Amino acid sequence: MMTGYILKRLLSAIPVLLGITVIVFLIMALIPGDPAMAILGSYATPDNVEKLNRDLGLDQPLVAQYFIWLGNMLTGDFGTSFALNRPVLDEIMERYSATLILAGTAFVLCSVFGVIAGVLSAANQYGWVDKGITFVVLLGISIPSFFLGMMMILLFAVQLRWFPVSGRWPIYGARDLWALLDHLVMPALALAVVATGVVARLSRSAMLEVLRQDFIRTARAKGVHERGVIWRHALRAAMVSIIPVLGIQAGFVLSGAVYIEIVFQWPGVGRMLVDAILRRDILLVQGGVVIVAACYVLFNIMVDVAQSLLDPRIKT
Amino acid sequence: MTAFLKLLARNRLALAGGIVMVLVVLLAVVTPLLPLQNPDITNTSNRFQPILSEGNLLGTDHLGRDLLSRLLWGTRLSLAVGFTAAIVAATLGAAIGIIAGFYGGRTDNVIMRGVDMLMAFPYILLALAIVAALGPGLFNALIAVAAVNVPFFARNIRGITVGIANKEFVDAARLAGLSNARIILTEILPNVVPVIVIAMSTTVGWMILETAGLSFLGLGSQPPQADLGSMLGEARSALITNPHTSIVPGVMILIIVMSINLLGDGVRDALDPRLKSGALSRPMAATQVDRQGPVPASKGVGLLEMQDLETQFRVRGRTYRAVNDVSLHVEKGECLGIIGESGSGKSVTALSVMGLVASPPGVITGGAVRYEGEDLIGAPYRKLRDMRGRRVAYIFQDPLATLHPLYRVGDQLIEAISSHRQVSREEGRKIAVELLESVRIPNPARRIGDYPHEMSGGMRQRVGIAMALANDPDIIIADEPTTALDVTVQAQILSILDDLRRSRGLAIVFITHDFGVIAQLCDRVMVMYAGRIVEEGPTQAILDDPTHPYTARLMACVPELGGGKRRLEAIPGLPPVVDNLPDGCAFADRCDRVQPDCRAKEIALHRKGTRAVRCIHPVTPLKEAAE
Repeated sequence: MMTGYILKRLLSAIPVLLGITVIVFLIMALIPGDPAMAILGSYATPDNVEKLNRDLGLDQPLVAQYFIWLGNMLTGDFGTSFALNRPVLDEIMERYSATLILAGTAFVLCSVFGVIAGVLSAANQYGWVDKGITFVVLLGISIPSFFLGMMMILLFAVQLRWFPVSGRWPIYGARDLWALLDHLVMPALALAVVATGVVARLSRSAMLEVLRQDFIRTARAKGVHERGVIWRHALRAAMVSIIPVLGIQAGFVLSGAVYIEIVFQWPGVGRMLVDAILRRDILLVQGGVVIVAACYVLFNIMVDVAQSLLDPRIKT
Repeated sequence: MTAFLKLLARNRLALAGGIVMVLVVLLAVVTPLLPLQNPDITNTSNRFQPILSEGNLLGTDHLGRDLLSRLLWGTRLSLAVGFTAAIVAATLGAAIGIIAGFYGGRTDNVIMRGVDMLMAFPYILLALAIVAALGPGLFNALIAVAAVNVPFFARNIRGITVGIANKEFVDAARLAGLSNARIILTEILPNVVPVIVIAMSTTVGWMILETAGLSFLGLGSQPPQADLGSMLGEARSALITNPHTSIVPGVMILIIVMSINLLGDGVRDALDPRLKSGALSRPMAATQVDRQGPVPASKGVGLLEMQDLETQFRVRGRTYRAVNDVSLHVEKGECLGIIGESGSGKSVTALSVMGLVASPPGVITGGAVRYEGEDLIGAPYRKLRDMRGRRVAYIFQDPLATLHPLYRVGDQLIEAISSHRQVSREEGRKIAVELLESVRIPNPARRIGDYPHEMSGGMRQRVGIAMALANDPDIIIADEPTTALDVTVQAQILSILDDLRRSRGLAIVFITHDFGVIAQLCDRVMVMYAGRIVEEGPTQAILDDPTHPYTARLMACVPELGGGKRRLEAIPGLPPVVDNLPDGCAFADRCDRVQPDCRAKEIALHRKGTRAVRCIHPVTPLKEAAE
């Protein structure tokens, strides 16, 4: 039954994925001027421009161009980045692993701490814990993550020397798990702060909503400890509305990773995309956006599946 | 509007946010008039001056430009771009949402598919793609940020529009022959605008952050012009050597966004009616106790003895006296019925016993509840928790809402047991099966794996009863356990309860609004009205000759089988609101026997043997019940 549900959800993702490729393609097709000119620069001869246009398939009508591009992508050919002179897919895969480590860690952090903060806040509504958390959360969602990252570098790397300033690996020394963690702590925290705030806010209101429900009174009437009432009964029910928000936050964490990768010089997809945009490396931008968006869609299917595992009332 | 502003002003944080916001905006507006240096004039010999250096209050940046001047001009630019993006996004999104919601059908389908598609992107990817296509620049960044936020507005506004488009006044406008465009402009738009404003107040902060972000990446404002984001971006390379050039614009962004968020939260809260009524408060683990008078002495009757109990709801300076001077007692093996309309205070009375009245707003303000002689009002939470379910167990109305929807019924039963004693997994399972068996659930070994929503209403209520029995309590308080069930199931549940009482010697407090149920099950009955007991006595005696007019009217509400064409008498009017009770009898306004002296002064509960009534013009004179 579960596999059937997962299959159904995967099938329903196909139109969304196609839609994403159409949107990306259309946006890129809107680029004013001649892409070949942009690639070759102002010293290009007309012959060269024409040849490159032919190579890129840009002399074809728009619809044909789309299907050629789509067909190539389906066979794993995302084209070649002219600026890096290497296959787009290779570059993206290499960068993407770095982004996934960073964004994945931040996502776990924001989910765990966000939910815990929200629960504590709701359980102590209007108390000092609640007020404190609410204020910190407000600060967290108001601070630009890139500014926070820069301040963390100043304090924890430059002043206190607890962590390295930037990068993913030490310049000298072993590239082991410890070295990775050492470099990961600050960017992951900086990236997680905003999302943690959003998750905490939502968890708080979801918990308050649930705590007024009848089954909470039933649990108390049974003699369940208040700890159990909060963490077992209320949180479980609140997760039904928290999980979809976690799915949305995954998108925000991925987005925020772009800034954090720049601030901490983390060699991920975000930095690659920004560089590619500034160099007008169109194939790299297209490929990167499509792959990241596709992963995000798949991740959200996983969120739905998790949701249906949690809530038996959802028909699978 | 003024009420809204007052509410907003009462929220001190929102007020502070608003003041800061106004100051920042004012500063941005008057920036061109201030005697500032030109923000773009470079002076490399004067670079990286520290804060408070002469001639440069906030120092200078890497090109020797005055930071204060750049900060103010940058703020001006950031605010302008952020607000413009918000307005553009709101306008476009609202237009799309209104069209989708108003026309519905295929139009709606196509549009919302597109919106969903856009929302499938992590927002920055879309923004990056747009900037990639249009090229870096502040105007393009503005377009990108606005475009990314359009789906959010479209979706929100569509939802609201769908609701409005089906309202009567829109139908009326259609029938009057108004054109669709006219209807949208005159009927729909005015109703949607407040929603747009709220959505904007909560997202404008985000948009300022997002534009600052794009500028920070070098994709927004281009040199020499700078907004706060690009100031930060340029300062980053000198972060370690000259941190103040980064801190100045960063803190400014923080101040702006934080004040907007404070204000936005305040706006949202001020418009949320639930917050006003205190309905969003979390009920505490046990009802708050604020007992003012002396603790009444025990009369030493009953396993459970309640004396002069007073429970109030305190909402926004008003006090609702839900339970007013209620005394009752119940013996082992006895069934006491409490009857009354909704709002009569019968459930609150029952919930007060174990401190389960939602608090806030509930407060127990007086009286005593004694179990085996020990007063429970004001007892520490540990004591109450230990007694809940073990000594005094509850069965509630509507088991679909009162059972946890996400746990299997077996696990909920086992939890009830393990809350009070250590049991192994298998042992717990065995007891759970036995419990389900004792409430006559067929095939219990399989049903313990069911979720509540997989069971019928009658089965669920049996689970509710089984859960109450889990720890072999002495008293069961059943709060309208059969109200949500149909008649045949109701009869089965009542017979289960009656058997349990006889076989286990349980004391049952049974709350209902149905005299028919009382007649079947209860030995004694108490009638409650507006938080007070108005009549009590042995069930048969009261059924034979009710003395209080209210009791008589309640009994007339019960249809009698084979009773012929007797008209069912509804009681006219509604029970009084208990925050401002009249002097004298609370039922006077609805009573057909009312006399002037009924309203003169408070009427005492007049007692004669086992019977009592609170009425000075009873239907029949109070007689002592024949034992």
